[in-house]
This record gives sequence, structure tokens and C-alpha cells, in this order.
Amino acid sequence: MGRGRPAERSEDGRVRGRDISRGCNPSPQPSPNGRGGVPCSLNHSQSDAADRPCIVVAKQNNALQIFALNDAAARLGLDVGLPLANARAIVPDVQVFDADEPADSGTLNDIADWCDRFTPLVALDPPHGLFLDISGCAHLFGGEAAMLETICRALTRQGFAVSAAIAGTPVCARALTRHVSGRIVREGEEAAAVQALPVFTLGVDEAIIGGLRRAGLKTIGDVAARERHEITARFGARFTALLEQALGQSDAPISPRKLPPDYMVEKRFAEPVATDAVIAAALSGLAQTLIAAMERHGKGARQLDASFFRTDGTVRTISVETGQPVTRVAVIERLFRERFDALADPLDPGFGFDLMRLSASRTDGVVEAQRDLDAHVHDNDELAALIDRIAARIGGRRIVVHLPQDSHIPERALLAVPAQHHLTAAAVAEWPARIEGEPPLRPLRLFARPEPIEVLFAEVPDKPPTRFKWRRACHTVVRAEGPERVAMEWWHGLREVSARDYFRVEDEAGLRFWLYRDGLYGESAEQQAGQPDWFLHGLFA
Amino acid sequence: MMSARMSTLARLRTDIDRLQGDADGTLSRTALGHAGADAVLQGGLVHGAVHEVFAQGCQSAAATGFVVGLARRVAVRRPLLWVRQDFSALENGALSMHGWRELGLDPRRVVMVYAHDVETALQVTADALACDALGAVVMEIWGETRQFDLVASRKLTLAAREAGVTGLVLRLAAAPSPSTAETRWIVHAARSPPVAPWQAWGAPVFDARLARNRHGPTGHWIMEWNCDECLFRDALFGDAAAHPQPVAAAPADRSHQAGEIAQWRRTG
Repeated sequence: MGRGRPAERSEDGRVRGRDISRGCNPSPQPSPNGRGGVPCSLNHSQSDAADRPCIVVAKQNNALQIFALNDAAARLGLDVGLPLANARAIVPDVQVFDADEPADSGTLNDIADWCDRFTPLVALDPPHGLFLDISGCAHLFGGEAAMLETICRALTRQGFAVSAAIAGTPVCARALTRHVSGRIVREGEEAAAVQALPVFTLGVDEAIIGGLRRAGLKTIGDVAARERHEITARFGARFTALLEQALGQSDAPISPRKLPPDYMVEKRFAEPVATDAVIAAALSGLAQTLIAAMERHGKGARQLDASFFRTDGTVRTISVETGQPVTRVAVIERLFRERFDALADPLDPGFGFDLMRLSASRTDGVVEAQRDLDAHVHDNDELAALIDRIAARIGGRRIVVHLPQDSHIPERALLAVPAQHHLTAAAVAEWPARIEGEPPLRPLRLFARPEPIEVLFAEVPDKPPTRFKWRRACHTVVRAEGPERVAMEWWHGLREVSARDYFRVEDEAGLRFWLYRDGLYGESAEQQAGQPDWFLHGLFA
Repeated sequence: MMSARMSTLARLRTDIDRLQGDADGTLSRTALGHAGADAVLQGGLVHGAVHEVFAQGCQSAAATGFVVGLARRVAVRRPLLWVRQDFSALENGALSMHGWRELGLDPRRVVMVYAHDVETALQVTADALACDALGAVVMEIWGETRQFDLVASRKLTLAAREAGVTGLVLRLAAAPSPSTAETRWIVHAARSPPVAPWQAWGAPVFDARLARNRHGPTGHWIMEWNCDECLFRDALFGDAAAHPQPVAAAPADRSHQAGEIAQWRRTG
């Protein structure tokens, strides 16, 4: 069942609703080989290691201190912040692992990817938390309690220690998770819920916590009972704002990792699917629903993302871009087929996908034009479709059209731009007209970097070379035309670069070259005895 | 007995014709403009087929010019897709749209594809040949390749025939190898015809040898591309215009005159 729905937003533009905050603490099982993987499945061979004290250490204040530990270690009296030396003295056979913060944040990101299956609005709360905006989503999972239960169970099964809560504001939910897992706070009851929590659950600096303790304010309720201006004067406006959010008196939106797509459809599978045929069929079904949803608003997709959620938690997203808004299912299918064929590491279903999602993250209005008898219009559409397919296969920057630039320096007179986005601009570009009756004055093939040539003899001051050597072959000039002087653009600060004298020459075999002398004879003292260098810049047909 | 054998023979012939897929007389052609070549090609270059142009490494620009000319004749005002291998641009320089304009073509109708390797180029070309909005598809590849074998060639031919789009394969620094191409050309640059010192010189002149022609004889001509009228014609070597072979070296080549450029047209 795909559900097409535009992203839900209330009238005032703010994302309203209920936030789940999830603290996942990957530390109790510091399994180094589980870190990279996502929501990493715990190694069963290590399950007996749960009984052994394990600690993760990191360098803080120039000493190795405990960064995280498991329950067994905690029972033996170890604690976060204890120096490693002390820990070893207390528990000689403690297992020690090095902290790897980039890997931790990678894992958190992967878990956030996995959480995309519950809501498109997932925000990171580093180092160990996630915010999920579940407004309008909970009923799809059987209500808030059931959803909380589902998420916690799935993550626990994958080896993470989870603490989650649902509340009206993210800060309130986060404070609850720091105390006890599984609380659901109804709208308007936030103040009562956090009343009894200790102040550290707000997640503020040690200095502020210390200050509050010294003032005898142990719980959030104690702090809330004071006058706001007193608190602001002592701890700053930010702390007051945080406090108000925890009490549900004000709200701040979360900043999701990804912008919610304009249109999104998804399909869940009771049994994971792994075969290509079924995946393709499911994608085609999703495309149909998506097109139908967009059609109602007269939109077409410019960028499509297909996300594949594997049963083991890995999420793979594959995007395709198009030059024209796409409004046909067949086009979407073909684009993804091209993309899949060209993937460097193919889509690996592993044990199967249990959720597939297709979203249009960028859309454009479609002008419904009636096809007239002029075949030209139709041709342009077909060309655009071909360009999209090639771009999906080899990348949009490798299929280009050309725009003339207002410069007389040969290498700057041309710009290659992606065809997907500039096809119409290129079709109406104004190119300089050629002179009737003249042979070609510009070469057909131009070297990106002019190649130095060895000129054996050239008469001063402005004659072309009579002989030159290029790529170890000697060419005798039979005909020449020039010089055509191209001065550098002084208004771009290129005054120091010397002017070039271009010559069109033909050798005895009929090969035609475009040579230039870089500067004039005797122009600068640095050049050896005033001898300017010669370069070959292009080849004429 | 005899008639049975004859009918078998006729049946086999029709089978072969069917497999080769050419129903006689239905092929549309484009005249190149060069009378001799058009006569040998029975009216011009066949549409919806693959034509190959081979050249040595140092003759790349001449061969490119020849292909550009063919593409212009075939595509006329329709869009053109040019698929090039990256290495070819490194080795011979990239196709410059200003030079393209100077040859009398319209750069607005060109879409260029940069392919990393031959395999990608082949895939893209086969895909593009199936799109009948295009006037022609050019594939430019460098050097000898294993990938461009008979099978790949046949794929391109079939795709081209299906959609009626003409494919032009530019093989630089490669020796001709078996393929299913309709025609195969080997191109060199040829000297500009001798002209008076004040006259313009340097219109593209090609020494083009038709080395294979599936439906007719082969030939060898010196052609000039006329940039104003956009067609090939006989290169005018003064009174020697009728010579189909390269003419004797111009006096400028003589060794005792080597220090002097025979013809220098001053500009600037």
C-alpha cells in the first residue's frame, strides 16, 4: 500500500507535534566490529562478554579516562570519567576499547537512516540522541504507545540500549529519556512530567548544573518555581528558553537531517523481497502512485529518490535527476533501470527489503501542452528523455551542451554546461557568424593545454616558423597565415601575461596546425636571450 | 531437379537478404555532394546504418573534419549526439565548437557525451541510436579495442536500422577490423590546392579512400569540404582538378627551398 501524501505542515509553517526523543547508548556493548554496521547487529559470540566488565576509553584532559562502560563494569564500581589507571587498579581484568567518535556518529547517522521508516523528519541530537517528529505518523503504527514499543524493541533486538519518550516538545522528551524510558506525556502535562526530574536531564553545561546545585535547586520543578528573571540573570537567556521548552511553555522546531520530500509513497512488505523482478514491480507500483499524487497538483518530478530499507537495518538511497519534469511511469522505470545497471556497487538486498520508498524531492509544475502536428516539439521531448537516461547512467556532468562566452581568448570562449539543465539555453545561444568565403579560422580540435613545440627556425620579428617539432615529429611549414594577435584580458588582471601571436600553418603532408608565439621577441629579460616560447594550440581539419 | 536447386538458391538468397535486412530500393540516402563518391555510393550515404571512418593518430583532425562533414550532410538540421572517449580528447584535443562553427555547422544542435571508456561509449551510442529524434550519432574512440568487436558492431547496426538514425564511428589510431558497417573510409589530410599568395587557403581537404562498401564498388577521392554550402566537392587543383590521386608535390617541398615558406599570407 503506497500512501501518497504531501509533507504535512500546519498553516503557520511550523512543524507541530509530538516528538520522540531517543537516546541510544551504544556503549554498554563496545563491539568494535559492530560499530560500522547499522543499527549494528550484535555479535552473538560476544553475548557472553556482556558479563565481563568492558570499558571504552578516550583521551580527556590529557589522560585516558573512561568514556563509556557496560553494566558489569558499573557493578564493579567503575564510572564514566574515571582514569584508566584507576580502573585497571580496581578491576585488573577489565577489557579496554578505544573510543572512536567518528564511528559513533556514523552509527548514529545509520540509525537515523533506519528511523526514516517511521517519519521523514528525523533530527540528530549528538552525541547519542535522535529526535523524531511523529506528528501525524503515530496512527500508522497503531498509536503512540505501540510505535514507541516497536521502535524500542527493534533497536534492542539489534543490540542497542534504548531509552525513549514521547512528549510535546523535543526538550521535554529528551529530559524524560535521561531519567526513565517509555514515558508518554500528554499535551499540556509536560510541566508535571518533568517537575521531579533532576536538573542534569536538561542537558546543559556542567557549569550551570553546578551553579544550580550550589543554589539548592535540585529538580527542574525547583528551578521552575523561581522567578524567570532571576534565572535569566544568573544562567543566561538560553537556559531559560530551554527550561520553558522542557516545561512545554514554548516550543522550538527540530532541524531534520533531510528536507521532507514534496511527495512520498512507500510500500511495506510482510515478507522481505529480494528478487530483482519483485523489486522492479514494486518500484513500478510506487511510481504509479507517486505520479497519480503529483498529477492531482499538476506537478512532475525533477529529482526522484528511491530508498530501500533492508531487514537488517541498512538503508540504501538511489537518486536520479531529470531535465524535464517527469510525468510518466515508464520514464521513471527506465531511469531507475539505467541507474541500477550503472551502479558501481549493485543494490544488495541481503536478506531482503521490508520497505521501499519512492519520493520526489524536487518537483516542477507541468504545462499540459497539446501535441500538435509539428513533430519538432515531440523531438525535443525525446531528446530530453534520452539526455536524462544517459545522465542517469554516466552522470549529469558528462553530457554537455556548449554556450559561447564573450571572450576572444580561445580557451575561454566556450563553456560546456550540463545538457540536462541548459538544453533550451543552448538551443537559442548566439554564436559568432563565420566570414563567408574564408577558410576556417579557428581549429576544429583544441587542446585544453597548449602543447609546447620546438621551433627550429623562425624569422624575427613576426614570421611563422619554417620548421617545428611536435611530439617528436618534425614538420616543415609550407603555407602560413598570420600573425593574429590575441592580447590577454587586462581587465581581468592578466596584464602580466604576454600577448599571443597565432599562425595558421600547413605542413608538407597537408596537416594544418594552429601555433602561437607566447610574447614578442626580446620582450622580457627572463626569457632566454629574448626567445619567446612556441606552442601548438589546435588542429584544423 | 534443376529448378528445385534454383528455387533453393533463390530462397537462400532471400533469406540472406532478409537477415541483412535491406529491402532494396527503400533505403534513403544523403548525397555527399561529391559527384564521384555519390555515383559509387549509388546516390549517397545510407541512412539508418553505421559508417566507419578510420585514421592514423596524427590524422585525427582531418578524420574529425570528415566525420563532421558527413554528420552535417546526414543530420541536416536535426540534433546530433557526439560520444567521445575521454582519452581521445587528451590525445587529440577536444572538439571546439568555434571550429565547428567555422566549418559551417550549427553548434546549437550538438550534445556531447564524455564517456570514460569504450564500453560506456558503446552503451551510450547504442541507446542513442534507438532515439529517432536525433539526426546522427557519432562515436569517437581512440586506439585498438577489444570491446568494439563484431557483436558490438552488429548491435549498433541493428539499433541504427530500427530507428533509422545514422551512426558514424570515428576510429582514431586504429587499423580497420571486421565489422558490420555499411561503409568504411580511411581518411588523410590532403594539401591545399595551390593558389595565388593573396588568396585564402586552408579549406578542409581530405584524401578519402572508401575501403569497404557493402552495396557497391570502392573508390578513392580527394574531396574538399565547402564550408559555405556545407557539402563535399572535388578539390580544385588548378588544371589538375580531375586527378583522383594525390598530385605531385608542390615546388615548396623541394629541399633547396626548405628554409623559405612558400606561401605566407599576412594578417593582423
